[in-house]
Amino acid sequence: MSISSKAKTMYEKLWQQHIVEEKAGETPLLYVDRHLIHEVTSPQAFANLKFHNRPVRHPERTIATMDHNISTRSIKIDAAGEGAANQLRTLEKNCKEFGIELFGMGHKNQGIVHVMGPELGLTLPGTIIVCGDSHTATHGAFGALAFGIGTSEVEHVFATQTLRQTKAKTMKIEVNGQVGSGISAKDIILAIIGKTGSAGATGYVVEYCGSAIEALSMEERMTVCNMSIEFGAKAGLIAPDQTTFDYLQGKEYAPKGDIWQLAVSDWKQLKTDQDAIFDSVLTLNAEDIKAQITWGTTPGQVTSVDNVVPSPDDFTDPIEKESCAAALTYMGLTAGTKITDISINKVFIGSCTNSRIEDLRAAASIVEKYQAQGKSVSTNVDAIVVPGSYRVKEQAETEGLDKIFSNAGFEWRLPGCSMCLGMNDDVLKEGDRCASTSNRNFEGRQGRGSRTHLVSPELAAASAIAGHFVDLNS
Amino acid sequence: MEKFTTHTGLVVPLDAANVDTDQIIPKQFLQKTERIGFGKHLFHDRRYLDASGNESNPEFVLNKPQYQGASILLTRENFGCGSSREHAPWALEEYGFKVIIAPSFADIFYGNCINIGMLPIKLSEKEINELFNKTDTNKLSLTIDLINNNVSCGNTVYNFSLDSFHQYCLEEGIDSVGWTLNKLETIKAFEEKMPAWQ
Repeated sequence: MSISSKAKTMYEKLWQQHIVEEKAGETPLLYVDRHLIHEVTSPQAFANLKFHNRPVRHPERTIATMDHNISTRSIKIDAAGEGAANQLRTLEKNCKEFGIELFGMGHKNQGIVHVMGPELGLTLPGTIIVCGDSHTATHGAFGALAFGIGTSEVEHVFATQTLRQTKAKTMKIEVNGQVGSGISAKDIILAIIGKTGSAGATGYVVEYCGSAIEALSMEERMTVCNMSIEFGAKAGLIAPDQTTFDYLQGKEYAPKGDIWQLAVSDWKQLKTDQDAIFDSVLTLNAEDIKAQITWGTTPGQVTSVDNVVPSPDDFTDPIEKESCAAALTYMGLTAGTKITDISINKVFIGSCTNSRIEDLRAAASIVEKYQAQGKSVSTNVDAIVVPGSYRVKEQAETEGLDKIFSNAGFEWRLPGCSMCLGMNDDVLKEGDRCASTSNRNFEGRQGRGSRTHLVSPELAAASAIAGHFVDLNS
Repeated sequence: MEKFTTHTGLVVPLDAANVDTDQIIPKQFLQKTERIGFGKHLFHDRRYLDASGNESNPEFVLNKPQYQGASILLTRENFGCGSSREHAPWALEEYGFKVIIAPSFADIFYGNCINIGMLPIKLSEKEINELFNKTDTNKLSLTIDLINNNVSCGNTVYNFSLDSFHQYCLEEGIDSVGWTLNKLETIKAFEEKMPAWQ
């Protein structure tokens, strides 16, 4: 095994390339290439910098956007209430004071932080990217080591451009073969979480590979990596390849000319060495993956849409059994009910998981099929479509997707995090049941007492029209 | 950051797995720009029967009279999963918790606790079950000795492990930003060697 001892995983390469200092008795210090910030998790970090009279070490390595708190009906800073406006204004002031570029309300680059970064070419392979948001794992789709951090760490990055990190274990998730027709990247990642459970990758950095992953577009890869945190992974990674380079070339913030050439040749070295050993391996057959939907209150409580709501008796582990019972009570579901018999009254198409142009195209193509049969959004359902960024919104409008949605009875909104976490007024009411393309079905996530089912954009669109979940393959 | 060496306190048992940070501090309370004011909203949707937080839920464990003044939270696996919001540990700390004991924690939450000087302790499922059983019958008080990495419960002692640097940071209450700023020369040397595209 002499070769194996030197062979490295992509994570180990990224780690090694970013070690600023590694000393006995100290947690290693890693360099952070890109820091993305937003209004909710940055104010206390800025306040502490000011308290200690410390500068931001590299303002040019930090980019700010407004996304979590903002209204999706108006670009006015006051449109989502006083608390939100205060945070947004605080971000504006802080960015000005510390010389950080901000994509504020009305800016052509504004958008959800994990949609905006990749589409501008701010997200590059071989870099470490952090943000005070757990869905930072999204950027791993490019072969960047990207993870969410707390506000104390945001402050640490501001002041030092570094972070202290303990090394994670490595997990390989290989998805082989070709997914069936109508099966999306969201179904792939939900199926993976269904196998691992909600904490299956705690302590690990996951690398997704295999022919079904390689076949994905960059947007689909982002959907997969985005939800790495939902089964506990520190980060998710996909090896950069020609698909990655083609996506990035010519993007506003991506390297140009000779530097681009140099970058690509470096990025080609990132992939995991053939003989590298992972601490854990999980293999799935793409052909086995069906359209997925969560029935419970963690993303791991998931099944296929042609199935029934499970019973606590289906679980042997006492904690899973109890969690199932508690989830059914909260979700107002009875074991044995066919998934396709569950009615909904809200639909949310959006979030950093599924609000990119391809997601909107996929949802719109389903809507068009129903419209051809004269069908629109069910009278019992309120459905909103929230593009991930201004650029996505403009592209969708150029393609006429906004018209397809609005003609069918969907509301076409302005970009933001919106109902994924409901920090603005896009909140569900108690007892509302929502088909949501977001990433978390936690109790109260979309509103106190609300019930969330995580699904793909295609399934969300079809369910909005049917008024209940549908099996698009039946 | 305050130094942490030993702590003795009352335990409150929260018998639930996968408690996410949305439950610990719901999103409607994240609009503050200061670090304070989160404690009263801790576990809001479970702790109060109404959305405005006026009516206390007598069934929720934190509201039971025998657990008033608790400073140690005993809970189940994957505590703190989900959102990276440091507001969750801030809320726990402001409520009065110094220590959280669970079989496992979500990674980001765990790091956030260390960074604010609150101690997350991992014990085995078996040990956690023993402690839960003890809270059924008695008001349980535990002593945590960080220097020796153990938890004493009467005559029973449970050992835990902690990353040595995390231990140092907690014991000394160090300002981790200040600590790293002492290494600026090393950081500069790293930056000089970075490729042009990076």
